[in-house]
Amino acid sequence: MQYEAPETTKAAVGLLAKAKGSAYVLAGGSDLLVRMKGGFVEPDLVVDIKRIKPMREIKKTASGFTIGAAVSCAEMNENKALIKAWPGVVEAAGLIGSKQVQSRCTVTGNLCNSSPAADSVPALVAAGAKAVIQGPRGKRKVAVEDIPVGPGRNSLKKGELIEAIELPARKGKSGDAYLRFIPRTEMDIAVVSAGVSLTLGDKGVIKDARVALGAVAPTVRLVKEAAKAIIGTKLDEAALEKLGKAASAACSPIDDKRGTIEFRTKVAAVLAKRAAQIAYKRAGGK
Amino acid sequence: MAVLVSTTINGDNVEFACEPNESLLDVLRNRLGLSGAKEGCGTGDCGACSVQVDGRVVCSCLVLGVEAEGREIETVEGLAHGTELHPLQTKFLEHAALQCGVCTPGFLMAAKALLEKNPDPTEEEIRFGLAGNLCRCTGYDKIVRAVQDAAKVMRG
Ligand SMILES: Cc1cc2nc3c(=O)[nH]c(=O)nc-3n(C[C@H](O)[C@H](O)[C@H](O)COP(=O)(O)OP(=O)(O)OC[C@H]3O[C@@H](n4cnc5c(N)ncnc54)[C@H](O)[C@@H]3O)c2cc1C
Ligand code: FES
Ligand code: FES
Repeated sequence: MQYEAPETTKAAVGLLAKAKGSAYVLAGGSDLLVRMKGGFVEPDLVVDIKRIKPMREIKKTASGFTIGAAVSCAEMNENKALIKAWPGVVEAAGLIGSKQVQSRCTVTGNLCNSSPAADSVPALVAAGAKAVIQGPRGKRKVAVEDIPVGPGRNSLKKGELIEAIELPARKGKSGDAYLRFIPRTEMDIAVVSAGVSLTLGDKGVIKDARVALGAVAPTVRLVKEAAKAIIGTKLDEAALEKLGKAASAACSPIDDKRGTIEFRTKVAAVLAKRAAQIAYKRAGGK
Repeated sequence: MAVLVSTTINGDNVEFACEPNESLLDVLRNRLGLSGAKEGCGTGDCGACSVQVDGRVVCSCLVLGVEAEGREIETVEGLAHGTELHPLQTKFLEHAALQCGVCTPGFLMAAKALLEKNPDPTEEEIRFGLAGNLCRCTGYDKIVRAVQDAAKVMRG
C-alpha cells in the first residue's frame, strides 16, 4: 500500500485519477481503517486529505456554510455560528461514535461510506446540503442525497473526491433537528432515524420543509410527502398525524437483529413527528 | 516499503520507520516500546488504545503510524512527572478504579482529555465522555468516582 498526504486538492485528484489499483480517500479513517483491518478492502493507494488546508476549515459565507471534507465532527461541535444556524446537523454529527471517534470522523466520510444508518446524512439531506465534488474533469455540485446509491456504494466516479459540504444560509425563522432510535444511550448504530428542517412564514405557518429518514431503506431517503404534510400548517395534531403516516409509508426497511420491519416503520413516524416538533420550536414556532 | 516518520511523543522528538498500513498503536507498542496503550479490539470500540494527537483523544488503533508525521502525540507514559503521578493516576489507585488494568491507560487518557475541556463535569457528562472506553472488571462506578475526585484536585 502507498500512502500519500498531498497539500492541495488538485494533487489529491491527480493521485486518485492516476491510480492503477484500488484507491481510497482517507479522512478520519473510522470506517476505512476498520474495513482495512477486517480485510474487506486492500487499498493500493490511500490519499490522506487532512493536510489540505482549505479542507480543514469551516467557512461562513453569504450563501451559507462550507464545511471542508477533513473537518472533524468534534470541530463542528465547537463552531458557535454553525451550531446556531444548523443545530440539527451539528447534533447529528455529534452522535457519531465516542469522543475518540469524534476527534477524527467527518460528515463527508459518513456520507461517502453510504451506510443507510449513517447519522449525519438524514440531517444533511433535510438541510438541503450540497456536496462539492472535484475530479479530473473539474468541479461539480450535487445534492447530498444523490451521493449514496446503495449500502456501501456511492456515485463518485474514478478520480473524484468531495472537497466540502455546503449548507445554505438560514433566512428568517428556521430550525432543524435530528433524532435516532438506539437501544443504548451512546455508541450504537441507528435502528431508525429522522431529520427535519423547516422555515416559518407569517404567524408560525410552515412555508418550507424537508424531511429525511435513515435506516429504513437501502439509502437515506428524502420524503417529499412528509414535508408536504406539514407545509402550510402550524404543526397541529392533524398535520403531525399526516406527517407520521407519510413517513411510515416511505419505509422499506429490512428485518434484522436491531429491529423488525414493523418496528422500524412505526418508529419512523414517531421520530419524524418528534423531530418536526423540535425543529418547529427552534424556528420560534409555538 | 517502510516510510520514515518524524513526530513528537510526550514532548520528545522521535523518528521511526513503519509500513504505510501499520497502525499508530502497533508503532507505539512494537517499534517504540511504549506499551501503555493496549489493543482491546482494534476497531475503535473499546478505547484501550486511547492517546492524544494534537490535543485530541483518539483511538490509536484507528490512526496510521504515517499520519503521525509532524504531529504531537501524548501517551499514558507521559502522564506522570518522574515519580510524581498525575492526579488521575493517584485517584484511580485510591478508589481502586481498576482490576486487571487493561482498560486503565485508555481511561486515563480519555479522562484527561475530558477534564481539559470540562474541568467540572457532572456524573452524566463523565459517563458520556467516557462511553468510548470499555471496562470488563470494575462496573464503571469506581472509575467515575476517581475521575470526579481527580477533577476536584485538579481544580485546586
Ligand atoms: C467505534 C465506532 C463507532 C461508530 N459510530 C457511528 C455512529 O454512531 N453513527 C454513524 O453514522 N457512524 C458511526 N461510525 C462509522 C464512522 O465513524 C462514520 O461513518 C464516520 O463519519 C466516517 O467518517 P471518516 O472521516 O472517519 O471516514 P473514513 O473512514 O476516512 O472514510 C469513509 C469512506 O468514505 C471515503 N471518503 C472519505 N472522505 C471522502 C472524500 N472527501 N471524498 C471521497 N471519498 C471519501 C473513504 O475512502 C472511505 O471509503 C462508527 C465507527 C466506529 C469505529
Ligand atoms: S483497541 Fe483501539 S479501540 Fe479497542
Ligand atoms: S480493569 Fe479490567 S477491563 Fe477495566
